[in-house]
Amino acid sequence: MLFLGVLMARVELDKIGKRYPNGFEAVEAFSLDIADREFIVLVGPSGCGKSTTLRMVAGLETITTGEMRIDGVRVNELPPKKRDVAMVFQSYALYPHMTVRENMAFGLELQKLPKEEIRKRVEEVAERLEIKELLDRKPKAMSGGQRQRVAMGRAIVRHPKVFLFDEPLSNLDAKLRLQMRVEVSRLHHSLGATSIYVTHDQVEAMTLADRIVLMKRGKVQQIGRPLDLYDRPCNLFVATFIGSPSMNVVEATIEDGWICGDGFRVPLDARWQASVGQRIQLGVRPQHLSLTNEISGSLQAQVEVVEPMGSESNLYCRAGKNLYTVRQEGVSELRPGDHVNLSFDTAHLHLFDAESEKRIGEQA
Amino acid sequence: MSQQQEEQVCDPKGSRHIGTHIFLILFTIVTLFPVLWVIKMAFRDNQTFATDLNPLPTEFSLQNFIDIFNAPYFGQQLFNSFVISLSTTIVGVFLACTAAYAFSRFRFPGRQAGLNAFLVTQMFPGTMMMIPLYLVLDTLGLLDQTLGLIFVYSTTSIPFCVFMLKGYFDTIPKDLEESALMDGASQFTIFWRIIMPLSRPAIAVTALFSFMTAWNEYVLAATFMSKESAYTLPVRLQSYVGNYTTEWGHFAAGALLVSIPVMILFFALQKHLVGGLTAGAVKG
Repeated sequence: MLFLGVLMARVELDKIGKRYPNGFEAVEAFSLDIADREFIVLVGPSGCGKSTTLRMVAGLETITTGEMRIDGVRVNELPPKKRDVAMVFQSYALYPHMTVRENMAFGLELQKLPKEEIRKRVEEVAERLEIKELLDRKPKAMSGGQRQRVAMGRAIVRHPKVFLFDEPLSNLDAKLRLQMRVEVSRLHHSLGATSIYVTHDQVEAMTLADRIVLMKRGKVQQIGRPLDLYDRPCNLFVATFIGSPSMNVVEATIEDGWICGDGFRVPLDARWQASVGQRIQLGVRPQHLSLTNEISGSLQAQVEVVEPMGSESNLYCRAGKNLYTVRQEGVSELRPGDHVNLSFDTAHLHLFDAESEKRIGEQA
Repeated sequence: MSQQQEEQVCDPKGSRHIGTHIFLILFTIVTLFPVLWVIKMAFRDNQTFATDLNPLPTEFSLQNFIDIFNAPYFGQQLFNSFVISLSTTIVGVFLACTAAYAFSRFRFPGRQAGLNAFLVTQMFPGTMMMIPLYLVLDTLGLLDQTLGLIFVYSTTSIPFCVFMLKGYFDTIPKDLEESALMDGASQFTIFWRIIMPLSRPAIAVTALFSFMTAWNEYVLAATFMSKESAYTLPVRLQSYVGNYTTEWGHFAAGALLVSIPVMILFFALQKHLVGGLTAGAVKG
């Protein structure tokens, strides 16, 4: 698909790294092969190196180790303008003394394109993003959402090979963020361009990405499709980062055919390759904990907080030293202080080694 | 409602501020008094010092102004002042802009030392540099030359201008430059098409400062310019103050004339002295 002249591109990151002169290693041996039209989301907490990685791809940071290639050509030494990539900044970074039209045309003027071609491209993109009536306004006369659209328009109008998004929605309010998230997704599907998107919001990552790269302290934790990370997190960090509310994690020990912890005893599924006596961290998502009337085999807990969300309720229940989050469909009748019995969905448990925090192996 | 809130409602204009108003009015009078006195002396038809405490003009004569315009070399001296001040402003601001941008955005060996050196030069009085500068200009054959004063004024005003502009450049979000880099702009294009237009207020203030410094400077001009035709207006003005007599009328009229271009420049640049030029650039 070639819409609005967007070129397709394959981006290869071969063990790229960033070490600052003071010795701080912001990104370590990052490897990723991004296919044409793929939408990659880099996600992780603040300081994990996701923005640095994006800036290395953009050419705004030097790559200190490894090699980056676009369509097979090494681009490590190329300045941003020669990489044919466009970037949407978190802060929008619109030129405040220029109108929207001038902002969008700036890059095209620098390419010395004919005026008629520039006008046509700007208007085409403005129409697509529904900002045509804003073309003669300056950034200060626009709302946050409008500025964000212009920032995206400025990137699209250049017909780059690769789109880079650096937390583009994090300055918007919740409602607008949701709208723009849908808009970004719609644009990606219609443009079909290779995109790399940075966010700290795992919901954005889950909803937008073809593949997610989850990072922590400069290292890649897991790369995979959103549901791969959700269903089979490779370590405890991924398990707790992906999913909202976060996965419940409690200490437990493997006993003969059982997982035993503070106040519970759950049968161990035969697929887990855990050894007897092994100390583990048991993970269970809030929707895989349910309320039951059966006392035997269940975990007895006391409700501390009830969060009504409309279509569902989140219950925060205390059992011994552990606090569990339980998702209940609909509006909960429970009140803080009520006693409940919780049951684990044994088909959806996650087991991690207590020492290495890595996922315990499973038989296929 | 507390008593204080009640007072605010009953007295929105704030009679509580009467003391402040009296204080400010007093200082306004003290500030304006000498200016009014100079105006009064300029429009009198004699050269004596006005001892009357009333600062308002009591007579109206243009004789002092006519005498000044008819004085030998006045036109040449006015021209000298204009050429020197304008050239100083252009050269000084251009060099200060480029230097300040480099200090603001680039990290290079000697950056901090350079900034410190600029600061140190501001700690010494200008008169201290008189003799070395005289020797430099003498060696270059630039004494009694407008070019000599342009060199001296431009270089001496640069440190202050650099500091002022660097402070402003530091406030311009770096994202804008990175965005322009992504758009394919060169470093010079970024400087010229993004940074310069956004820095209009700071450049206007710096230009005004440079112009005023050069326009009003007396000590160096009096030292380096010995020929009457090479004088600038402040040196000309000083010549009305003699050892035995002082032509106060001419001096006052001259002082008014000298201040007019600075006022015109101020009003011309006023529209650029506005904040908020970077509004809307980045979030926050």
